[in-house]
Amino acid sequence: MAQETPAGDLRLANLTKTFGAFTAVDDLSLTIGQGTFFALLGASGCGKTTTLRMIAGLEEPTSGQVLLGDRDIARLRPYKRPVNTVFQSYALFPHLDIFENVAFGLRRRGIRSVDQQVRQMLSLVQLDGYERRRPTQLSGGQQQRVALARALINHPQVLLLDEPLGALDLKLRRQMQIELKRIQTEVGITFVHVTHDQEEAMTMADTVAVMNAGRIEQLGAPADIYEFPATAFVANFLGQSNLIAGDVFGSNGSDTMVTAHGARFSVPSARARTDRGPVYLGIRPEKLQLAGAAVQVPAGSQHLDGTITDASYVGVSTQYLLRTGWGTELSIFVANSGAQQRFAVGERAVAYWDPRHAFLLSRRADENDRTTPVLDEPVGASS
Amino acid sequence: MSAFAHVPTGSGQSASPPPAARPGRYRFLPYLLLLPGAAWLFLFFAVPLLQLAAASLYDPEGSLSTGYTLTWAFGNYPAALQQYWPQFSRSFLYAGIALVLALLMGYPLAYAIAQKAGRWKNLLLVCVVAPMFTSFLVRTLAWKTILSDNGWLVGLLRDVHLLGPDGRLLATPVAVVLGLTYNFLPFLVLPLYASLERLDYRLLEASSDLYASPLKTFRRVTLPLSMPGLIAGTLLFFIPATGDYINAELLGTPNQYMIGNVIDSAFLVRLDYPQGAALSFLLMSAILAVVFVYLRRAGTEEVL
Ligand SMILES: Nc1ncnc2c1ncn2[C@@H]1O[C@H](COP(=O)(O)OP(=O)(O)O)[C@@H](O)[C@H]1O
Ligand SMILES: [Mg+2]
Repeated sequence: MAQETPAGDLRLANLTKTFGAFTAVDDLSLTIGQGTFFALLGASGCGKTTTLRMIAGLEEPTSGQVLLGDRDIARLRPYKRPVNTVFQSYALFPHLDIFENVAFGLRRRGIRSVDQQVRQMLSLVQLDGYERRRPTQLSGGQQQRVALARALINHPQVLLLDEPLGALDLKLRRQMQIELKRIQTEVGITFVHVTHDQEEAMTMADTVAVMNAGRIEQLGAPADIYEFPATAFVANFLGQSNLIAGDVFGSNGSDTMVTAHGARFSVPSARARTDRGPVYLGIRPEKLQLAGAAVQVPAGSQHLDGTITDASYVGVSTQYLLRTGWGTELSIFVANSGAQQRFAVGERAVAYWDPRHAFLLSRRADENDRTTPVLDEPVGASS
Repeated sequence: MSAFAHVPTGSGQSASPPPAARPGRYRFLPYLLLLPGAAWLFLFFAVPLLQLAAASLYDPEGSLSTGYTLTWAFGNYPAALQQYWPQFSRSFLYAGIALVLALLMGYPLAYAIAQKAGRWKNLLLVCVVAPMFTSFLVRTLAWKTILSDNGWLVGLLRDVHLLGPDGRLLATPVAVVLGLTYNFLPFLVLPLYASLERLDYRLLEASSDLYASPLKTFRRVTLPLSMPGLIAGTLLFFIPATGDYINAELLGTPNQYMIGNVIDSAFLVRLDYPQGAALSFLLMSAILAVVFVYLRRAGTEEVL
């Protein structure tokens, strides 16, 4: 039986994996606290699965360590690690029924009386009564839950989930997200959940790591990352941002001053990732407000004029596009609370924001405004 | 029948016929397609089989020159069995040993080709099948050369003292079993390959993730999932190997003769048709019995 050593944090130290000349995971270092729900978020091909496989032992790291507590498990065979995986494809054994699938890990460790544990586990994932079915006789969502039960029953120190909800339809996915979170809280095992769905990562995880091209771009609580992204990639991968190209031209102590397209703006220095050179001035679409004229803008706000080029009514909000004087279109989400003025396409309008909601990111000198969402586009490996 | 469908009528009840006409028109199509095959099977399998059954019950006193009469001589069976049970049991023994040897070689081979060969896969498959391009007879004759007393193999075995100074391979049971193993190996390997090729390596990873060592993974995942190919391959190997007579004829002596040799000589040398037919039926039923028991066990058991 895998040793029940006092569990500990899972630490990846300078973990690297190369396939030939291609670096899939690049010098990755991070610590995942014991009992936390950790999400690894990134576009497809950025190295998430490879990272998980190295933790599980299915892939040998080119270099670096995988530490569980104080123990380096990076070179242990997979069947010797107190780690279990819920595979992307579920990988249920087609020749065994549900009961035997779930009991597999216990039996291989020589545990004789598995009956009660298997039944408990099946009822945890709400599959009582399915013991004698075959995997092919279950729906995708049910198979997913069998895969979860089959891994959880072993009480691993770390449970790895590789896009476990990827194959499910949207409604079932939301339901399973809540379910997974409930189960994690109940069993208290460290969950490392890989996903390319930013909403999934944010709703479930205590800590989110945004991955890009084999590296961690940013790591933190979902709200912290969302409110103050560290890079342009994160700003647009996690939600959507209006990034306006500008340059820092000074600081007055508490604020950093920026010029962009001939206009001057300021951002609190605490919300600036850099204090010199080319920058992006970032504002989330929902942090922007619309007014008919500059005189209506409240004091302390900063603003931009433009023409409304699109207004999409999506129920909870209306999403506007505002073309600025230099031709960039800003996204603006206005909540349909009933209190807001409506704007029509072609109307002049002023977008304004509280500078405390803006943020500054460093920018390569040759990069221009980035306001169109890059959501769900495969970034990473290929670039 | 379909003609009715096209008759325009004013009454409401005939509104549905057109679609219903199709099954009528095509109902016999599947049977029609079966016809050539069925006719073939009837003419060249069922009829000769019946003829053989009749021959096995001919009066044993008859001969080709005096003619045979059907006297329902069921005594032919026990008589044949009594006379040739050594050859009979030898057939099953040799085929059984050859099967075990072939499994020991064939399973790893099929596994390697299916899961590990990568881009060499097709080349290796061709290598497995290539011997079939020459005739069975030629292949067996080649083995005669390989196993001959002054061949390199015997020489080598004598040098390392695995064989005595005048020990030999040819004309021994070893030669016959080796010949059987070699000649029927592809029949075992190909179905096994087909099964193992479909084996999802991710299941093996899952097993390894769930505390199964490579050995346990083999026993609990690989082996059960390759069962269909294993069963098919075993049967395709065992059935012709049991009935074979070429290997015993060319690589052995009358002391290694199998039941195939006896049937061969009954029909072609001794011209004892009733005995030859009776032995054929005995062999067929014995094989069917073995296959039946085997399939029952392999099929119903919650594999191993
Ligand atoms: N065995 C392998 N051989 C070569 N390249 C691989 C292998 N496994 C993964 N890769 C490459 O590594 C990159 C990361 O893959 P992966 O970790 O599966 O990404 P993700 O799970 O984030 O979609 C991809 O570009 C993929 O093509
Ligand atoms: Mg993946």
